[in-house]
Amino acid sequence: MAELTTADIQTDYMAQVRSKRVMNMILLIVFVALMLGGFATANDRNAGGFWNGLPMLLDFPTDVISEAFERAHLLPGYFAKYLPSLTETINIAAASTLLGGILGLLMSLLVTRGLAPVPWMVGPLRRVLDVLRAVPEIVIALVLIFILGGGPVPAMIAIALHTVGALGKLFSEVNENASLKPIEGLESVGAGWIQRMWLGVIPQVAPNYLSYALLRFEINIRASAILGFVGAGGIGYDLRNTMSWGQGKFDEAAAIFLLLFFTIVVVDQTSSYLRNRLTHGSIKGEMHA
Amino acid sequence: MLRIDDLTKAFGQNKAVDAASIAVDKPVMIGIIGRSGAGKSTLLRMLNRLTDATSGAIMFEGQDVTQLRGAAKRNWQSQCAMIFQQFNLVPRMDVVSNVLHGTLNRRSTFATMFNLYPTEDIHRAIEILDRLGIAEHAPKRAEALSGGQQQRVAIARALMQDPKIILADEPIASLDPMNAQVVMQSLRDIHEQDGRMVIANLHTLDTARRYCDRVIGMRGGRIVFDGTPEQLTTGAARDIYGADETFSEAATSTEIETLSEEVAKLADIAVSV
Repeated sequence: MAELTTADIQTDYMAQVRSKRVMNMILLIVFVALMLGGFATANDRNAGGFWNGLPMLLDFPTDVISEAFERAHLLPGYFAKYLPSLTETINIAAASTLLGGILGLLMSLLVTRGLAPVPWMVGPLRRVLDVLRAVPEIVIALVLIFILGGGPVPAMIAIALHTVGALGKLFSEVNENASLKPIEGLESVGAGWIQRMWLGVIPQVAPNYLSYALLRFEINIRASAILGFVGAGGIGYDLRNTMSWGQGKFDEAAAIFLLLFFTIVVVDQTSSYLRNRLTHGSIKGEMHA
Repeated sequence: MLRIDDLTKAFGQNKAVDAASIAVDKPVMIGIIGRSGAGKSTLLRMLNRLTDATSGAIMFEGQDVTQLRGAAKRNWQSQCAMIFQQFNLVPRMDVVSNVLHGTLNRRSTFATMFNLYPTEDIHRAIEILDRLGIAEHAPKRAEALSGGQQQRVAIARALMQDPKIILADEPIASLDPMNAQVVMQSLRDIHEQDGRMVIANLHTLDTARRYCDRVIGMRGGRIVFDGTPEQLTTGAARDIYGADETFSEAATSTEIETLSEEVAKLADIAVSV
């Protein structure tokens, strides 16, 4: 092997740095060109035009907030009025997250290379997850409402199916980062596949599972609110009725927005609390010198 | 040059460092020894301002370091390089980029975000790597290197800072004896050739004796010994470690006598390159 001098190493490294910089510059130019080009195209096709519409951006929030301020004393009453439909929305989201999470966990273990019990099924099952994520939940919900009639159950099934696709993918990425050493340890004592997964993989990745599942829960609360727009019940139905122009019900819409905001805050806080408990156990006050 | 007055760090009721006072008038190589939990790491972390002191002062060239805020604090940190037990490199970035991180305080945030370092800096980074005998690893990712090589990259990052003081927090505790020798010899060379002050936390007595001009012993957050290696008798060492008569220096030694020839060879390589 020829001995490299410091000068050689410097020249080689500078050549690498230069080619990296050229690549970055090209990517930057392509990015800026795409952004500008895409904006121009979209703006031409738009009915109103971005720059003309921009000054009106704040009109709707201003109306909502000013009406809510004028009738602020009515807000507590609205909170009570809409609490039952909020509960329905949260129930839809919770049931679909739980169902979707359990199925997603199972699917994730089946599609993680290195963990999957049937390696040749990894590809096909991944495509199944892709399909579940690709079909908009509103389409599934509309089809199910047509078959089963309106109500929370079609919404729950629609959101759960999407959740299986989303969490299956996220969980399997988490699984890939799990250390294989404990699993090898369990294999060496003669443990079966389910035992290895349950006792070797899940303890390692449970905190990440939990935070993804709770993030999904937040997203599902919003999704189930949106499905209310198409007749799946819950707070979305009320939101559609109150936030249409010219009804004079913007104060009620503001109350619903606030309820949704508080719900997300509570979920978020619970999430970080549970995650800390799971990651660090309940031992506190460990200090390093 | 450097004076530490009554420096204290309390975690609740617990004092990690208790009224430590040290005066250093010229750049020397200092070894701090003591049991784990004696407050050695906290002391170094306070010097670098990674940890804030509860009370006391650190005077360096007439300035109280503990009072610095914002940009002045970061400027101090750039003059006072830190080397960690677990190397603390960015594993997915290449070796030269990790060394160039030593210049972050001098460069604009925008330029460093896009890895736009001046050519002279890149050349100097590779020269420093060459001095430490690892120039051929320059384009590799830091995580691809062995522990001893990673620690030398960390030393290169410290040298890139062109610091007045180098703090080393257990620099050899994660290394095998041969790599430990190379790393300690590199620190000694930096001290002798560049005239930089080096303060190293060490967990073995023989390393402190062999490489340091001055040894400070800590026990339970207090400084219980401060003197030359010759003054560090077995009795003094027993005091520092809180041990009884069964304690001997060999108990803390990591030296392998049978390997001493190869070790000397490696140390020679470190000196010659």
